[in-house]
Amino acid sequence: MSRLLRDLVLTSLASLLTALPACASTPAQRGLIVFQQVCAACHGMDHVDYGDMAAFGLSPDAIRTWAADQQIPNGTDDNGAPKTRAATPADPILSPYPNDAVGRLANHGLLPPDLSRLAMTLHGGPAQIQRILLSYAPTPAGVKLDDGRYYNTALKWKHIGMPPPLQDGMLTYPDGTKATTTQMATDVSAFLNDVAHPHAAERRRIGVYVLTYLALMAILTFLLQRRIWKSRP
Amino acid sequence: MPIPEKTPGWLERRLPVMSVLRREYIAFPMPRNLNALWSFGAFLIVTMAAMIASGLFLAINYTPDITQAFASVEAIDRQIPSGWFLRSLHMGGVTMLFACLYIHIARSLWYGSYKAPRELLWLTGLGLMLMVMVTAFAGYVLPWGQMSYWGATVVLNAVHTIPLIGKPVSELLLGGETLGNTALHRLFVLHFTMAFAILAVIALHVAALHVVKPNNPSGIDPVSPKQTLPFHPYYTSRDGFALCLFLMVYAGLVFFLPDLLTLADNYVQANPLVTPRDIRPEWYFAPFYAILRAVPSRLGGLLLAVGSLAVLFALPSLDRSPTRPATRRPLVRLSLPLAFVSFILLGIAGMHPPTETWLIVSRVAMAWWFIHFLVVMPLVSEREITS
Repeated sequence: MSRLLRDLVLTSLASLLTALPACASTPAQRGLIVFQQVCAACHGMDHVDYGDMAAFGLSPDAIRTWAADQQIPNGTDDNGAPKTRAATPADPILSPYPNDAVGRLANHGLLPPDLSRLAMTLHGGPAQIQRILLSYAPTPAGVKLDDGRYYNTALKWKHIGMPPPLQDGMLTYPDGTKATTTQMATDVSAFLNDVAHPHAAERRRIGVYVLTYLALMAILTFLLQRRIWKSRP
Repeated sequence: MPIPEKTPGWLERRLPVMSVLRREYIAFPMPRNLNALWSFGAFLIVTMAAMIASGLFLAINYTPDITQAFASVEAIDRQIPSGWFLRSLHMGGVTMLFACLYIHIARSLWYGSYKAPRELLWLTGLGLMLMVMVTAFAGYVLPWGQMSYWGATVVLNAVHTIPLIGKPVSELLLGGETLGNTALHRLFVLHFTMAFAILAVIALHVAALHVVKPNNPSGIDPVSPKQTLPFHPYYTSRDGFALCLFLMVYAGLVFFLPDLLTLADNYVQANPLVTPRDIRPEWYFAPFYAILRAVPSRLGGLLLAVGSLAVLFALPSLDRSPTRPATRRPLVRLSLPLAFVSFILLGIAGMHPPTETWLIVSRVAMAWWFIHFLVVMPLVSEREITS
């Protein structure tokens, strides 16, 4: 009996401390693939490390391999020329552009925004990200857009600097889900929402334990104080 | 409950801590009729402890430099083990602290706890509120987000309107005309130091309470020991239960609603070249922000915002009536709830864009706040008939 109790306590403690292993692929996990293969071509997540992607079920090896494929700035050589090195899991997922000026130069003067907290800071949140990705349309006759602007009905001004990034079947999901534009838009907005709210699942899980404990304590202290107050002189 | 006499031990003969604790926290006579509102002082102490504990660990991981502050806070949220919890505990704690502070003060207003002989208790309490406000203001600048920067800029601009000394003094204190690296560094030191200064003033506040004893809903101090109960076990058990309920609300905020009271704009790094669409204060400063905006003149707004707090300090001399609780003062029982409503309306107005409607609401509410304290209270205490 005591052994059973001990095991129960230990397993609940362990589940408190470690994230559950990811078996089935969730929208956010598929969204990470979209980020790696599509978004990362122009966007970075300055405050997020490659290692943080463990939260999306990426194995340490997969993280190492992905990071090693990316070059990040590494000071200057003896002549003052900038040097780079392969990234490690502890490095941030930087934008592919070495600096903002290059980023602007490559995108008609507009800098692709950092995605670390976009789902939080963009008005409308993850739903708006999804809407933007699905609201590209051919420019109607009579509307004249500047170079590097694309017609998009999700925005107030009906145009955006980002070319339509998603196309049906442009990537293959390892879990067999069909990579339609709608599917990818849904997945990547779920991914960006999780990135903007780090440790949300762990937060909720621990919260349940804390609230349960406090509720039990509230019942016990209530009974205690009622008993004490009944016996007052 | 009689405490058995014991021969004083080694420690007792040198430093009588145990007998003082017994006298002040076990046998301490409490009125028998305190209601739930008397638990908020305990909530404040517990929240303050949570703030200092979480704050120490946050400070270990924070970098007070405008190029790194934002990233260091992001690292706390993302990479530092349990950093997200420490930060939520600290951010949720501010809300809990101010909510309890405002309720604690409202209770004192309602039951007349500021009257003789508790004036110093009231004044040290208000002093604590001011210190908490300064600390919260400094703390909010630290993450160096857009709202940190622009919220502080609004306050700085208001301070600059003080004739002659406003600008030079703020430049001297913050190391420049606008917020920069020096200012961030100094605000970090101020935030950290104030936390411990607050602890010291809490000690004064509690000491004053133990000298004058708590007020109670009837407003008549107990005279015989029969009218009191020892602090332990009666109020320790009741506060214990109340604390569990309080902590459930706090935990709900920390674990399930971390975004409820934070402004998303503060997750964008401060940029002095881009003013956010609308600058909003955190909810606990919203009433004062509403006053600041409700007055066409900047200096006037600042004076009235400060004045709205100053009337509280002057209250023991504005309200000369010996009757304490509003429940026994028919006019105060009408006027004071309206002042509470005014404060809440100011808070709501402060969180909305300053449209015509909200400006009118702010002005009416502000007017009633001042009328209540400066006109109603002195007049009523002259000529009221109490029940």
